[in-house]
Amino acid sequence: MKQTPSQTVGPFYSLGLTQKRMNVLASDATLGERIRIEGYVFDGDGQAVPDAMVEIWQANAYGRYNHPDDKQEKPLDPSFLGWGRSGTDKMGVFSFETIKPGSVPGPDESVQAPHINVTVFARGMLVHAYTRIYFGDEPGNATDPVLSSIKTKVRRQTLIAAREEKNGKPVYRFDIRLQGENETVFFDM
Amino acid sequence: MKIQGYNPRDWKSHPPYHFEGYASSMKRAPLKRLAKMKQTLSEITGPLFGPEAVQPRDTDLTRNAGTDGEAMGERVIIVGRVLDEDERPVPNTFIEIWQANAAGRYHHEVDQHRAPLDPNFIGAGRCMSNEKGEYRFLTVKPGPYPWLNHPNAWRPSHIHLSLFGPSFVTRLVTQFFFPGDPLIPMDPILNSVPSKSGRQRLIASYAHDVTEPEWALGYRFDIVLRGRQQTPFESDGR
Ligand SMILES: [Fe+3]
Repeated sequence: MKQTPSQTVGPFYSLGLTQKRMNVLASDATLGERIRIEGYVFDGDGQAVPDAMVEIWQANAYGRYNHPDDKQEKPLDPSFLGWGRSGTDKMGVFSFETIKPGSVPGPDESVQAPHINVTVFARGMLVHAYTRIYFGDEPGNATDPVLSSIKTKVRRQTLIAAREEKNGKPVYRFDIRLQGENETVFFDM
Repeated sequence: MKIQGYNPRDWKSHPPYHFEGYASSMKRAPLKRLAKMKQTLSEITGPLFGPEAVQPRDTDLTRNAGTDGEAMGERVIIVGRVLDEDERPVPNTFIEIWQANAAGRYHHEVDQHRAPLDPNFIGAGRCMSNEKGEYRFLTVKPGPYPWLNHPNAWRPSHIHLSLFGPSFVTRLVTQFFFPGDPLIPMDPILNSVPSKSGRQRLIASYAHDVTEPEWALGYRFDIVLRGRQQTPFESDGR
């Protein structure tokens, strides 16, 4: 059978998809370092996109996914699913309250640097786009197999969120550029 | 570590990011080549939602507005199966739906189409596929609505759907259409699908076996997500 074709979420997706707040992944009980992720979604003219939607999927603080196909002998965190969704607001900003994930295995006994898996949707996007958020302060980025597969530093840099402090709390800033000179690296996988 | 991956996105089925006929795609389409990535644990896992994600009233859009009233319009029962490319059912997967009301207007502040809102219709629902991958919801048929893409542009009647499937890479957002709608051949969003058969697969079929006497018309819309690759591979990245 053939895959059902993708279509845009359209301008009114919030009706079906973001009526409930779904951008808080961590509760008080969740293990790990609490972080906030925030950023803009920009179009090819550098205009912020107020009708985009971002979803994230991540491992827990130990580096384990809450999914039966993750068979690692690491603990699950019962208070962490690892999934979240944020529409962009009128300014084109999305945000998540979560924890920093641990690292997960990669190809060939390699270790992937901590990262968050991202899907981007918007009015005008006929197919969602896949990208990843890496953390600017992680030494493991240098040997991460996926980051290393991106040949130029400029392109790699689009996947790395810079750590800032806001009111004493860590905030990782991750802007998504759908098109243009600094277009975010999107994956086909 | 062994990874049992999923088939790649079938770009003969999916639209391109950049499609001339759809004006909003122009500045929002990635234009650089997508980076090839071999699937890892991050891609073959994904959120799984339990039964608590859906309340019984979520599957009846004619009565889920929080009023005592019933939505206006032509009542329709939508059924279908969620399958993978090998025709295996995708069980217990979360489906979210949203749509315009019978007059072609969304219950959304941005929608200023001069058509009436229906106090008894929000136009959003959720359901879960069962063990056999089957899903079902009750709603009213959405009306066509105008948009600004080109002169006298009207979207054919359609219902938006969002699905997860078993992994991060099986995610799908789509929309389906109703058979016989004269606006279908003119719709740039549907026409962005590169093949005729792909476009056809987004049109539900009328299902007389689903139609209930003196109650509602039935339509069937099956959804096919990426299938799983047969043999696990040593994820070696080369
Ligand atoms: Fe629509």
